[in-house]
Amino acid sequence: MQTTEKTIADEQREWEQLTLLPFTARRPESREAFRTQGGAVLERVYTPAHVADIDFSRDIGFPGQFPYTRGPYPTMYRAQPWTMRQIAGFGTADDTNARFRFLIAQGQTGISTDFDMPTLMGYDSDDVRSEGEVGREGVAIDSVDDMLDLYAGIDLEQISVSMTINPSAWILLAMYLVVAEERGFDRTKLSGTIQNDIIKEYVAQKEWVYPPRPAMRIVRDTITYSAQHLPRYNPVNVSGYHTREAGSTAIQEVAFTLAAGIAYVEEVVKAGIDVDDFAPRLSFFFVSQIDFLEEVAKFRAARRVWARAMKERFGARKPESMRLRFHCQTAGVSCTAREPLNNIARTAIEALAAVCGGAQSLHTNGYDEALSIPSEPAMKIALRTQQIIAEEVGIGGTIDPLAGSYALERLTADIEKGCFDYFAEVDKRGGVVKCLEDNYFQMELADAAYDLHRRKEASERHIVSVTKYRDDSANPVVELHHADEGAADRQLARLRKTKAARDANAVSRALDEIVRVAKTDENLMPATIAAVKARATGGEIVNALRPVFGTYVETPVF
Amino acid sequence: MPIKVLVAKPGLDGHDRGAKIVARALRDAGMEVVYTGLHQTPEMIVTAAVQEDVDVVGVSILSGAHMTIFPKIMALLKEHDVDDIAVVGGGVIQEADIPKLKALGVREIFNAEATTQELIDGIERIVGETGRDRSRREAGAAR
Repeated sequence: MQTTEKTIADEQREWEQLTLLPFTARRPESREAFRTQGGAVLERVYTPAHVADIDFSRDIGFPGQFPYTRGPYPTMYRAQPWTMRQIAGFGTADDTNARFRFLIAQGQTGISTDFDMPTLMGYDSDDVRSEGEVGREGVAIDSVDDMLDLYAGIDLEQISVSMTINPSAWILLAMYLVVAEERGFDRTKLSGTIQNDIIKEYVAQKEWVYPPRPAMRIVRDTITYSAQHLPRYNPVNVSGYHTREAGSTAIQEVAFTLAAGIAYVEEVVKAGIDVDDFAPRLSFFFVSQIDFLEEVAKFRAARRVWARAMKERFGARKPESMRLRFHCQTAGVSCTAREPLNNIARTAIEALAAVCGGAQSLHTNGYDEALSIPSEPAMKIALRTQQIIAEEVGIGGTIDPLAGSYALERLTADIEKGCFDYFAEVDKRGGVVKCLEDNYFQMELADAAYDLHRRKEASERHIVSVTKYRDDSANPVVELHHADEGAADRQLARLRKTKAARDANAVSRALDEIVRVAKTDENLMPATIAAVKARATGGEIVNALRPVFGTYVETPVF
Repeated sequence: MPIKVLVAKPGLDGHDRGAKIVARALRDAGMEVVYTGLHQTPEMIVTAAVQEDVDVVGVSILSGAHMTIFPKIMALLKEHDVDDIAVVGGGVIQEADIPKLKALGVREIFNAEATTQELIDGIERIVGETGRDRSRREAGAAR
């Protein structure tokens, strides 16, 4: 059909001829192409023509409604701000408990626990592999006695507790449940999260014990156990944070994470559980990086992709099964060791992106993130940054405030397409676990990280105070968290005390029972809870199962 | 013969982004690179260094355990009579610890700001200083 009406594309071409070209002839742009951090080329300007394929009702819609682009809930921050959840963990349980109480006193509304490397990897503090690492990067937890002190004085029915733990997550969950029981809390009222996302461990974070297939069974057991006994608990927190921090693109972060989510759902559905009986308790975790626009688009795209995947792939019927809820952390890798106070500004921008993207909870990094685990003053400013956004900026007054921006909607749709392209590739390659075993995700990630690094070294984007505006005369000294040299010895003493006080025969019977269960298809949780109650240590349980499950050995690729 | 480097990740921490980028950048610069993978003990690292007959061991560590791990590696190299293998480090290593590590014989600490070119130049300089005879490898001589 002939039309005399000018299209927007025509208008843009005219603008380019009449306005842009004469201008750039005099004053050229500073570079050939502008890219997002993920490498996508940005248009000079976006118009309705760039979003002509996006349909408001189908693709954007309303918050709390399919496809949840705008948010999982209809009221979002108009009801209450996101949960301010600063992660903490160092030294012994007592040390970390003091930090938790400090943060709660400062107005923090959730707890998040960082464990030391031995706990994360399933080694006890007295294991030779643990030397030098006990209580160093997180808190050391060997037995339920440690766990009791870790959350001492904290009302576990009132505050939600998150635990960043993966290959040994099921043991820590068992310890948490025993703590709740011994302190008289009602299990059905416990709210909180274990990370328990083993897939991204093989891809990015690299804390593993067993090979992927038995590890998937453990995740399945925690999800099915929670579905039956812990109605308010999130048994898995599918995480993109580590993948992105390891150098992935924004698309890879979302695509690999949601692919992992799909793999867990498949695993549990295969065990005969209805998708709507557990999918509402799945939760997610993304980074908020410094590329503000791309990040807001990423969060929106993640919700839309998950909703569509759950509906189309698994036939989910409950809205709660389709709405993606996520925790967010600002980007550790964006922080610099040089002029560390500048990290406060970076973190504030990243936190704002998380809020504009509709995060359910948020950790803001301390300004000392690039130097050590955070000091108390650094954590206080990080928490204050969130409080300023919540109380002073007023961004929560309207939901998904950046929707409708041509640029944002285009980026959102492009990230969504990138995710579905990855899903198709993963399916073609035989699924997520097969891709892990074949190092597919690992190589994709290594390629992206190297590409990002080369673009960084080519100064595609500068890093203030490092590659530009470098001031060697002024590097303000900040007081750092000091590793407590006595913490390891105190932890070893605690462990000896627990071992001396327990009934060794009961422990050994409980471990035998876990091994028996592991060889069947029964759920591992009840036997693990019994062993933990008998004061079996995490390392003992992990080691008892090594002969059954095997030990993962990585094939390093770079 | 090209310089041969062992990129090593000791301890339990899984932060291998930097190690992998370094491994690839050194390889792209024409060096021969062996990457140990994660979670290596000092014994495993030194054994690999001896077996692979490398000129340099690059240790990447972000867990804070560097003051435990570097002394062990240095002692083991001496024990195996291969302390002509240069040891360099990178990761999150606080400024105050660098002189202590250098006193142990660690040649250089490359912090997160170091560019890959600085790293390549640094390794070439250090290997020049150690005067390690790389022609042995060409002749197929094994230790």
